[in-house]
Amino acid sequence: MKLHDLRGRTAIAGVGQAGLGKAEGYTEQEILTQAAMAAIEDAGLTLRDIDGIATCSSLSTMWAMPVIEYLGIRPTFVESTMIGGSSYVAHLLPAMHALASGQCSAVLVCYGSTQRTAAFNRAELTKARRHLDPQPYETPYDPPLPVAAYALAASRHMHQYGTTREQLAEVAVAARRWAQLNPEATMRDPLTVEDVLAARMLCEPLTVRDCCMVSDGAGAFVLVRAERARDLRRPPVYVLGNATAVWNRQVSSMHDLTVTAAAESGRRAYDMAGVAAADVDLAMLYDAFTINTILFLEDLGFCAKGEGGAFVDGGAIAQGGRLAVNTNGGGLSCVHPGMYGVFLVVEAVRQLRGECGVRQVDGAEVALVHGNGGTLSSQSTAILGTQAAL
Amino acid sequence: MPPSNERQAESGAAGPEKTYFTALAEGRFSIQRCLQCERAVFYPRSVCPHCGGVRLAWFEPSGRGTVYATTVVHRKAEQGGNYNVCLVDLDEGVRVMSRVDGLPPSDVRIGMRVRASVEAAVDAPRLVFSREEAAR
Repeated sequence: MKLHDLRGRTAIAGVGQAGLGKAEGYTEQEILTQAAMAAIEDAGLTLRDIDGIATCSSLSTMWAMPVIEYLGIRPTFVESTMIGGSSYVAHLLPAMHALASGQCSAVLVCYGSTQRTAAFNRAELTKARRHLDPQPYETPYDPPLPVAAYALAASRHMHQYGTTREQLAEVAVAARRWAQLNPEATMRDPLTVEDVLAARMLCEPLTVRDCCMVSDGAGAFVLVRAERARDLRRPPVYVLGNATAVWNRQVSSMHDLTVTAAAESGRRAYDMAGVAAADVDLAMLYDAFTINTILFLEDLGFCAKGEGGAFVDGGAIAQGGRLAVNTNGGGLSCVHPGMYGVFLVVEAVRQLRGECGVRQVDGAEVALVHGNGGTLSSQSTAILGTQAAL
Repeated sequence: MPPSNERQAESGAAGPEKTYFTALAEGRFSIQRCLQCERAVFYPRSVCPHCGGVRLAWFEPSGRGTVYATTVVHRKAEQGGNYNVCLVDLDEGVRVMSRVDGLPPSDVRIGMRVRASVEAAVDAPRLVFSREEAAR
């Protein structure tokens, strides 16, 4: 079997979210379960139908086990690859193989985090990570990670291509404009380029408004074989392609700070799906920081290398612009509970099903979902499509 | 061939990471070169990331390099104030994370020529850089 043979053989049948923003009083497992049950209900399935699971966690290295135990399921497919925020996009291809081979029939992909409200929060995790996951050649310089790594990448992009702070800010403003159209988004107050530039500086050139939020949140989706999806409650959203690329872990080990492994994951995902950037109606690009969106627009072929800043100028990725990008408001304005990958998929599915109301992208048939993990370390690209895109 | 674990223990030998930091603590900045493809390697490893070779030799690089990317980390004055974090490309062809001392952090520029020195810090020795002109 060739990879291309998996194109469109699997579909996302249901999606769910829970606890976006603050989930005070709830555990990660609890909001994850709320999102999972919402996704299963959305698909018109029951928990008893779930015989495959994909999940991972920033805290628990054996996270699939407590999730399986809590849900009381007996999956024949367990996937828990942890490569940071891109993980829930990267879980697609292994799940597609497992569904195609008959190893399982319904895969639940799920994630939840209470990093905002839990006692062991993001700051505690950052301290613990120095011991659990040492980086002895970077830590002595006290780079506040991940933001320092993205700031270094932004500095290089600005130097090499003349990208401006205003162009970075355009990314945050476009995300906020989409968020204002999404009742589930966490940050919906008006935001201007001037606001972004004048916000508290963290790591030059990135202010706090160039950075994703620290929030709680859970998301989930259910994958089944395409023929089964056609008999379920919702219009199927087919997975046309998925590819993952990892070139390095540390930003100091990147060969070129202006080129990410998205250039490879994108090419392989496009090849599998048989589509090109020009065919994409909606791009969900993991915007942990404003520079990410610019890098991924370039690496995924929406514009040439170095032209990402000009591409986003003048509200071009906001509603009514040249390309609909991050229509839920993104990690910058919708939700970012430590790892954001699953939420990219949820929004793409809702758009392709035409459920997004005032933020709906008219006639959306092909969506590109791109997950990023670590400090520009892991990249996973997926192409999703409607029946018409098959 | 690397020695067996038992012999490593007897001889007091160490892996590349400990070897690197031991030298740094003695004020010496040394990196590796792959004996198969002859390219410089950083950070220190047991295998060459360029070609897969397993024979690597230590050498002391020139210490000269060029700032490749830079940021100013903003901190309140009472927490020590702003500081520089940068990536430096050594003339030998490897990249290191470090900082440039001796000038305000916002004056560190991409393309600036810099020279390495070893800072004897309280907690651990650190490789740092200063502007090349200033070092003369």
